[in-house]
Amino acid sequence: MEQAQGRPTRRQLMHAIGLIGGTAAVYQMMTTFGHAAETRFDGPPQLTGARKGARVVVLGAGLAGMLAAYELRKAGYQVKILEFQQRAGGRAWSLYGGDRYTEMGGAAQDVRFAKGNYLNPGPWRIPHHHRTLLHYCKAFGVALEPFIQLNHNAYVHSTEAFGGQPMRYRALAADFNGNIAEILGKSIDQKGLDQQLTAEDLDRLKEALRGWGLLDKDMRYRGERASRSRGWALPPGGGVNGAPKPSEPYAFGEVLKSGIWANLAFFMNHEFQTTMFQPVGGMQKIGDAFARQVQGLVVHGARVTRLMQDKAGVTVTYADTLSGQVKTEAADYCVCTIPLTVLSQIETNLSEKMTAAINAVPYSSSVKIGLEMRRRFWEEDQEIFGGHSFTNQEIGLISYPNSGFFSNGPAVLLGAFANGPGGYHLGGMSPAERIEAALAQGAVFHPEAYRKEFLNGASVAWSRVPWVMGCCARWNEESRRDHYQTLVAMEDRIVLAGEHASYVGCWMEGALLSSIDAITRLHKRALEA
Amino acid sequence: MHKLRTERRWIVAAAALAALAVGAKGADADEPGPGGARPMVPKNGAEVYEVYCQVCHMAGGKGAAGAARFPALAANARLGTAAYAIYMVDNGKAGMPGFKEALTPAQVAEVVAYLRTHFGNAYAEPVTASDVQAMRGQ
Ligand SMILES: Cc1cc2nc3c(=O)[nH]c(=O)nc-3n(C[C@H](O)[C@H](O)[C@H](O)COP(=O)(O)OP(=O)(O)OC[C@H]3O[C@@H](n4cnc5c(N)ncnc54)[C@H](O)[C@@H]3O)c2cc1C
Ligand code: HEC
Repeated sequence: MEQAQGRPTRRQLMHAIGLIGGTAAVYQMMTTFGHAAETRFDGPPQLTGARKGARVVVLGAGLAGMLAAYELRKAGYQVKILEFQQRAGGRAWSLYGGDRYTEMGGAAQDVRFAKGNYLNPGPWRIPHHHRTLLHYCKAFGVALEPFIQLNHNAYVHSTEAFGGQPMRYRALAADFNGNIAEILGKSIDQKGLDQQLTAEDLDRLKEALRGWGLLDKDMRYRGERASRSRGWALPPGGGVNGAPKPSEPYAFGEVLKSGIWANLAFFMNHEFQTTMFQPVGGMQKIGDAFARQVQGLVVHGARVTRLMQDKAGVTVTYADTLSGQVKTEAADYCVCTIPLTVLSQIETNLSEKMTAAINAVPYSSSVKIGLEMRRRFWEEDQEIFGGHSFTNQEIGLISYPNSGFFSNGPAVLLGAFANGPGGYHLGGMSPAERIEAALAQGAVFHPEAYRKEFLNGASVAWSRVPWVMGCCARWNEESRRDHYQTLVAMEDRIVLAGEHASYVGCWMEGALLSSIDAITRLHKRALEA
Repeated sequence: MHKLRTERRWIVAAAALAALAVGAKGADADEPGPGGARPMVPKNGAEVYEVYCQVCHMAGGKGAAGAARFPALAANARLGTAAYAIYMVDNGKAGMPGFKEALTPAQVAEVVAYLRTHFGNAYAEPVTASDVQAMRGQ
């Protein structure tokens, strides 16, 4: 590698720092390099020695609830989980052919996907640094495969740029960087940066711009150098006519209008960096794996309606969703993982402060739509294997399946992941209207095939999911300051857990980290009591 | 309710949120990324309802029940107090998000006026953008 020449490698640097400053300096340097502080997870909790006969009732059989139950039972507690649905896993869920899903308001969908195909309505990707989740996936036997997060050959579409034509991510990204590099290079030549940088640094920056921005020897973004990243007019071939023809960069004004910078920034966020994973066969496999570990502990079809505590213990009232029969469950402690949207309507004798915290956190409203297509035209016709094509239309993006490449037969494409206003709007439609909107908007990427190859579809509007009534908790600076510590504090015998009780909101990792923290404090309190 | 303006509001709101993200919000949530920045812009109260409210309160304001409820807005006596409805739409509460960032005062006034005169509600007294502005302290 040309660039690395003459530079110390990371290992050499560490060694040198170690010699100079000892381990503290090495640690600090490692953190700077992003090596040490990747996760808060330092192994599963080692809880032991629960008092004989101590009982814990867990509300909700999502990942937070099931992990709490699993670890607390291991510690020696008698555990029972009350779960509204007939299935376990909570938001870790997939829709398969043969499933029937009824949303709030009563619209029912019969999912008609072919065997093996699925839609992950909620969680779909796992960052490589979500170590808690990855730990339990391995421990509980969940097979993972790559989730193709960044695909340079997918599209970016904006109604405001290029006359509404989608462009390849690769070309837009290269053109954005290349133009920035060229402009900065000129600015150096015109002494525009002399105030900020020393002459030496300016030389280095110029070299960096040339290398990073793919500029030619004249510091121009064009021709062969640019084409190696953005793609060729005629790609290199073999034999007589093998020589490639360079392509022309797009007009920078259009590149700016396309909003490609937002995509570049998106992929730079720590949570969205490659490598990412998904469970083989759908996200429900994670729900299933956790459910196997708590087999026999879960009461399904239990809609919790009341949660009370006093000196003697906790009493939970619930309605059997099939028979309507009202029952109670008594325990010494309670881990409540019911989403705040629902919990806010459950009668409790929690403190005013806690009630205010439960009422203070709004949830996002997103929609996912799965479209089953007769064949993988995105692979066959456009060489797109996994990843996302983004659009500024309400559907937000379409996303291509990450497995089964090159196979024949129908495949399910994610036809929408709408959020913000688009999430509300699509969510307010009937399932049939959502599919129509997804086809109309998504066809911008694949105009010939989209409608022609469409077989059937399914959609989930998270605000209408009966057992969460929203997507995920949305904290802001104010609510964190005023309510977060109250929400996570154990109040006598009750502690809340779940994605909403974490700083890793809207990730399964957050649900698990919250759960571990909650049960560790519960166990300590139970032993001290 | 100019299209670009509303779009900019969302972009600015998103950028502001992103700026707050350091520490306060925690990790970036799983979201679609930069897509969807050009939503439909509702032109009147009925369209605001359809785009922003119907997902929870349902067509016709019927409301719905699951593990908990979305209250019906049809034949809802509380809409008689316009200030209450404006407050709810702006600030939200529990399962209802606030729309102060997303909707202009005129849009809030239009949707509240729409609800007060439809779905079995009959409160003819008008609701104006300045009512909303006053409550926002503008
Ligand atoms: C659209 C979307 C995309 C996402 N993408 C990702 C992703 O890519 N990667 C990732 O890691 N995470 C993602 N997440 C976040 C992830 O799904 C959650 O963080 C996690 O699954 C939450 O787990 P939990 O145990 O806290 O809550 P839940 O899984 O919601 O569990 C709560 C349980 O409580 C039950 N319940 C509710 N009310 C009652 C009641 N009254 N009585 C009894 N039981 C009740 C529910 O049925 C449910 O089973 C996404 C979420 C959404 C919505
Ligand atoms: C994500 C779901 C959701 C959306 C979207 C939503 N609401 Fe609500 N709304 C609720 C819930 C839940 C409540 C009850 C809150 C509570 O008191 O706990 C509510 C309550 C209300 C109330 C008070 C009703 C009463 O009887 O007290 C009004 C008025 C209202 N909403 C209007 C609107 C309007 C107008 C919109 C669109 C701009 C809207 N809502 C969008 C969920 C939603």
